[in-house]
Amino acid sequence: MELTVGVDVGSTTVKVVIYEGEKLLFKHYERHLSQVRQKTAEILAEAKDLLIGREFKAAISGSAGLGLSKATGIDFVQEVFATGEAVKKYASDTDVVIELGGEDAKIIFFTGGMEERMNGTCAGGTGAFIDQMASLLAVTPDELDKLSANYEKIYPIASRCGVFAKSDIQPLLNQGARKEDIAVSIFQAVVDQTITGLAQGRQIKGKVLFLGGPLFFLKGLQRRFKETLRLSDENAVFPDLGPYAVAIGTSIFARKQERSYTYEDFLARITQASDDSDRTEYLEPLFKDEGEYEEFRARHAKATVERRDIASYYGGAYLGIDCGSTTTKMVLLSEDDKILYEYYSSNKGNPVTIVKEQLEQIYKLCGDHVIMKGSAVTGYGEDLIKNAFNVDAGLVETMAHLRAARFFNPKVDFILDIGGQDIKCFKVKNNCIDSIMLNEACSSGCGSFIETFAKSMGYDIATFANFGLFSKYPVDLGSRCTVFMNSSVKQAQKDGATVEDISAGLSMSVVKNAIYKVIRARSADELGKELVVQGGTFLNDGVLRSFEKELGHDVVRPEIAGLMGAFGAALFSKSLHKDVSSVIKPGDLRRFEHTAKATICQGCTNKCNLTINTFSGGRRFISGNRCERPLGQKETQEVPNLFEYKLNRIKALRSPKGTRGRIGIPLGLNMIENLPFWFTFFTELGFEVVLSDISSRQLYLTGQYSIPSDTACYPAKLMHGHIESLISKGVDMIFYPCMSYNFDEKTADNHFNCPVVAYYPELLYGNMEKLHHVKFLYPYLGLHNRTYFNRSIRNFINKEICIIPYSEIRRASSKAYQAYAKWGEDVKTEGRRALKYAKDHHLKTIVLAGRPYHIDPEINHGIDRLISSFGIVVVTEDAVAHLVEPQKVKVLNQWTYHARLYNSAKYVTTQENMELIQLVSFGCGIDAITTDEVRDILESGGKMYTQLKIDEINNLGAVKIRIRSLLEAMDERSRREHE
Amino acid sequence: MSKPQDNGRVIFTEEMKKTHTILVPNMLPIHFNMIAQIFREYGYKIEVLSTSGRNVVESGLKNVHNDTCYPALLVIGQMIDALESGKYDPDKIALMITQTGGGCRASNYIHLLRKALKKSGYDHVPVISLNFAGMEKNPGFKLSLPLLLRLVYAVLLGDLLMLLSNQCKPYEVIEGATDKLVQDWTKRLSVSLRQKASYKQVKEFYREIISDFGELMLREEEKIKVGVVGEIYVKYSPLGNNNLEQFLLSEGCEVVVPGLLDFLNYCIYNAITDHKLYGTGGLTSLFSRVGYKYMVKKQKDIIAAIEEHGKFRAAGSFDHTKDLVLGYINRGVKMGEGWLLTAEMLELIEQGVNNIVCTQPFGCLPNHIVGKGMMRVIKEHHPEANIVAVDYDPGASRINQENRIKLMLANAKMQQEAKEEAKEAATPESAAVSEEDKVLIHSK
Repeated sequence: MELTVGVDVGSTTVKVVIYEGEKLLFKHYERHLSQVRQKTAEILAEAKDLLIGREFKAAISGSAGLGLSKATGIDFVQEVFATGEAVKKYASDTDVVIELGGEDAKIIFFTGGMEERMNGTCAGGTGAFIDQMASLLAVTPDELDKLSANYEKIYPIASRCGVFAKSDIQPLLNQGARKEDIAVSIFQAVVDQTITGLAQGRQIKGKVLFLGGPLFFLKGLQRRFKETLRLSDENAVFPDLGPYAVAIGTSIFARKQERSYTYEDFLARITQASDDSDRTEYLEPLFKDEGEYEEFRARHAKATVERRDIASYYGGAYLGIDCGSTTTKMVLLSEDDKILYEYYSSNKGNPVTIVKEQLEQIYKLCGDHVIMKGSAVTGYGEDLIKNAFNVDAGLVETMAHLRAARFFNPKVDFILDIGGQDIKCFKVKNNCIDSIMLNEACSSGCGSFIETFAKSMGYDIATFANFGLFSKYPVDLGSRCTVFMNSSVKQAQKDGATVEDISAGLSMSVVKNAIYKVIRARSADELGKELVVQGGTFLNDGVLRSFEKELGHDVVRPEIAGLMGAFGAALFSKSLHKDVSSVIKPGDLRRFEHTAKATICQGCTNKCNLTINTFSGGRRFISGNRCERPLGQKETQEVPNLFEYKLNRIKALRSPKGTRGRIGIPLGLNMIENLPFWFTFFTELGFEVVLSDISSRQLYLTGQYSIPSDTACYPAKLMHGHIESLISKGVDMIFYPCMSYNFDEKTADNHFNCPVVAYYPELLYGNMEKLHHVKFLYPYLGLHNRTYFNRSIRNFINKEICIIPYSEIRRASSKAYQAYAKWGEDVKTEGRRALKYAKDHHLKTIVLAGRPYHIDPEINHGIDRLISSFGIVVVTEDAVAHLVEPQKVKVLNQWTYHARLYNSAKYVTTQENMELIQLVSFGCGIDAITTDEVRDILESGGKMYTQLKIDEINNLGAVKIRIRSLLEAMDERSRREHE
Repeated sequence: MSKPQDNGRVIFTEEMKKTHTILVPNMLPIHFNMIAQIFREYGYKIEVLSTSGRNVVESGLKNVHNDTCYPALLVIGQMIDALESGKYDPDKIALMITQTGGGCRASNYIHLLRKALKKSGYDHVPVISLNFAGMEKNPGFKLSLPLLLRLVYAVLLGDLLMLLSNQCKPYEVIEGATDKLVQDWTKRLSVSLRQKASYKQVKEFYREIISDFGELMLREEEKIKVGVVGEIYVKYSPLGNNNLEQFLLSEGCEVVVPGLLDFLNYCIYNAITDHKLYGTGGLTSLFSRVGYKYMVKKQKDIIAAIEEHGKFRAAGSFDHTKDLVLGYINRGVKMGEGWLLTAEMLELIEQGVNNIVCTQPFGCLPNHIVGKGMMRVIKEHHPEANIVAVDYDPGASRINQENRIKLMLANAKMQQEAKEEAKEAATPESAAVSEEDKVLIHSK
């Protein structure tokens, strides 16, 4: 019998199978920790007895196998194709295969037209993603699996991309959500991702075969798939050989090849394959030599804080806690600003326990001779910790960091903080924070990325980071989100880069990300002269050095770079001038208990996921809320909120029963703004207008299966849910026109809609089977040309719906134009009222500027309410854009909605006590152009620019920080102006 | 040094025509070199940039908003990189970039370029907009009718050379022969077009070119044909698509790329459609009709010449291509590559090229609709279609892209083998294949 070897080298594991005819002789599955050749050779050596002295055929597959195949000359087969081969041979009654690997996810449809798909370049939801999430929870993937079995509820976690999911999970952790629930939510996210990212409109039904390592090892993941896809026991197949499918397919492929090998020959090919790097481009080394490194170290050693022995200290002390997204930091300061105690650690998914332990430790050290006189907490977990331990004060992170930085350099004009999850930087002008930049969800996770990566290669972060210091040929890994970096690293490894080179390359990537993506600076001069860098990530000399190199000059890195938030908080607590801190006393601390329970708020339609934390003594802390309602506190005074006004107007629309049928209109994208028009038009003509439900997560999920391009913006993807909603209401027709042009408001060079808004109906019709069973009306119409519109709509209605006299159509259209104009006027009137209200009550106003469809609560995630909960008047861009002469811009101003952004920004610059926050949907290509322009307008008018990127992500933690910082800065400014 | 005028824009003056060298980004090497040659004949100093590598991308990342599409990042990066290279005197340089004027972001490239120039301290460098919509006029740069005609000729000839080269290169017996022939002809045509060739001469060139290519020694073998469609820049530019053509050739494929003329026709045709749908631009629509007729006629001449010779496959006529989308997507989808992208996929499939790489910059807005959004419908009607969408951006790794293309190729190979087996099975005596045999064929 013929002997065949199938080798599958994936991104994280090597799988080898050996067949003799149809008989499986050998199988092996192991992580390769990026040592591809070595591991493969080791495994083969284990099978030596089977192979030695015989001729065999062999082939290689897998994403990391491609390089190995090229270098060794052994035949290669694409892995999805190999899976297909294996399934056709050994499980031919399969309808669909879902295979999750280390970094790839694949789906194969067999019945009804064979089709194979792999995840795109921007997609998480794979084994590596699960690994990352597990390490975030400080558990192994196995433990994660076990946790998931005991879940109570599932949280919505953004599933598109690992980085996104992470920013959803982190706040849940910080709010004290149960690990069991998070574990199961992670698996659910993977399932959702598979459905949107891979199935793309094709339904997964029939007999489904689940393959790949994660789907074999993780029972919780299996359960989620089975339940979500509603599969019966016999239709959900998890074969024992699941992880080996590709390897088996590869061995089948090998049988058809001509070449055969002997053991010695095969092993030699693998071990001796030329290791020549074909990289021609690499970055400059971090240090020329040891000497340069020593000099660098000596320079940075100067920025220190003195320590003082707590045992011999008598007097007051000030506690600062920084409960960050991945780490918890604590500092205890003496009256003379010396550090008595310090702590820095990963919060291992439960910051409350850590703070408790540390407090106990501190109290023990304090004894009777040190008195706690003040305490303050900052960071993501601020509210939780403050409530749990009765901390004296909380302060926004930016302020804590500014305080700390000033301690080292009173003249500081720029602070850059790279933490585990986020990059923060702020410019300091005239002693106050002038502008704040945070990384958007997309490029976040930079610090923890290095850490996770180090772990995946089997090193701790410090060792890994130090490898890079003397790399001769650092690889260029680009400056994009971490998912991309993963594949760049793969590519570099394929090209023969060493761990040293990759380590150095990663450091540089993190830095470039910060400078070019977050700060968007061109040169060092733009950043200022007195830079202070901090955050745990800068403790790595590699990252620090990369930064200095990229900037071209030296910066200050305090020796306590990782503790700056806590240090700043401690300094702040000192400034409270209290005699005794309110922080929990040793006695109570001993009895301290903490439980967390998940529930859903019934306060309004938002249905926030709440976590109720109960502490000993009956104190409670509720998190996850977007407004004050569930807290049972007094309703904050209702300040005008144009978002709410506009949404309520839509909700109040009631269509009379029609004589000509029921026509459905999806409530999303441009249909929201044009609703008054279409609503009036069709009701006037005697149709009953049925609107889809207001968006919700649930609505999104119902349409998720038919989304073909998962990188489109969230507002567009929601349209699939709106169509489902309309169909479930049993309408006869759905009306959703394609519109290249918008209304011409005569304030810009042209009046286009963006391509997605303009033509999304085409995509819906092409991808939603259900639309073929109702009358889906998507004519090309332009409302900007009234006469022409009347004619085209008449022709269309007469052809597609029924014959209606032209006079009737003209009358309805005229009413519709009036209704649209009136609606716009009402918004402006309400805007004026809101502005007057703000003036009369001395309130701040924020123009929350975006697109008309950003009023959708599922799109803005309640940001408007969050802002108004601070007692701020919220107005929309269309309520103020007309108050100024049209703004001249440096770009082609050709989209109607976007022109309003520029004008409202200009208006803001003319007003006191008013700022603008721009909402940007992730994936909006056009906002890449508008954001820079809006920033220019605001900054040249002496205002701050704040941009919030929104997507499926449900977490408002980062948003809160930005808004609080913005408010602080506004206050600071007006204080200065009054002085 | 020139002063900013006209809304802050630096005008390209008549004097500058003599003193300044115009830098042009490269998209299609064959076409652009000929076009440059024609401009030179009309008195412009012009240079097509052919730089590539990390500096270009780095410079783009530094100067353009990173969420902007990849082509903008590359083109602007390439230009700034050239200005900073020290190779040119920045006071004697002008830049040229195309502007389509549609609702896609691409119309804003020129403004992003100006912003980038300002940021880098080159705000005195004039930027010329190459467009046919009458945007941004410059006294030193005028598209006269004879010049325009010659540009059209260059596109026609460029498309022909590209088409023939694609059909010969994978099969050439003498390595490099095809490339050499392309080079020789580009040189020759540049000179001839300079001498104000008439269209009659151009038609004569068609015949000569085709016959020259017909004489290349080619191997008789069937290769897998792979069509490339997508956003215009990443579709054509090797810098934009990580040398996609080279990769496909190295995988043993024949590459089929629709010509540039189709894109021009598409732009012209859109003006006609716009008038029909929205009642605007009556005059433009009238001119467009004339232009459209002219262009389609010219394209048909090429097709006729190729068919007359008989050895090569001609591209479809635009008149026909445009109708392929009926029932798939409305021709009102006019932003970016719009409905043309869908049409090109359908044209390829019609010609038997079922394997298609659909290229787009990451997050390309129109392609959500016309590319990825249409694949399902296309596959429904053409189950044999084997399409892979590949995203390009500064962070996307080549291995990721190549792995996906390889999957498409593996399927292509399987299809081809099945076809060959079916052919073998279809010998006369098996004309009436029993049900049993059919099953056997399938299970092979």
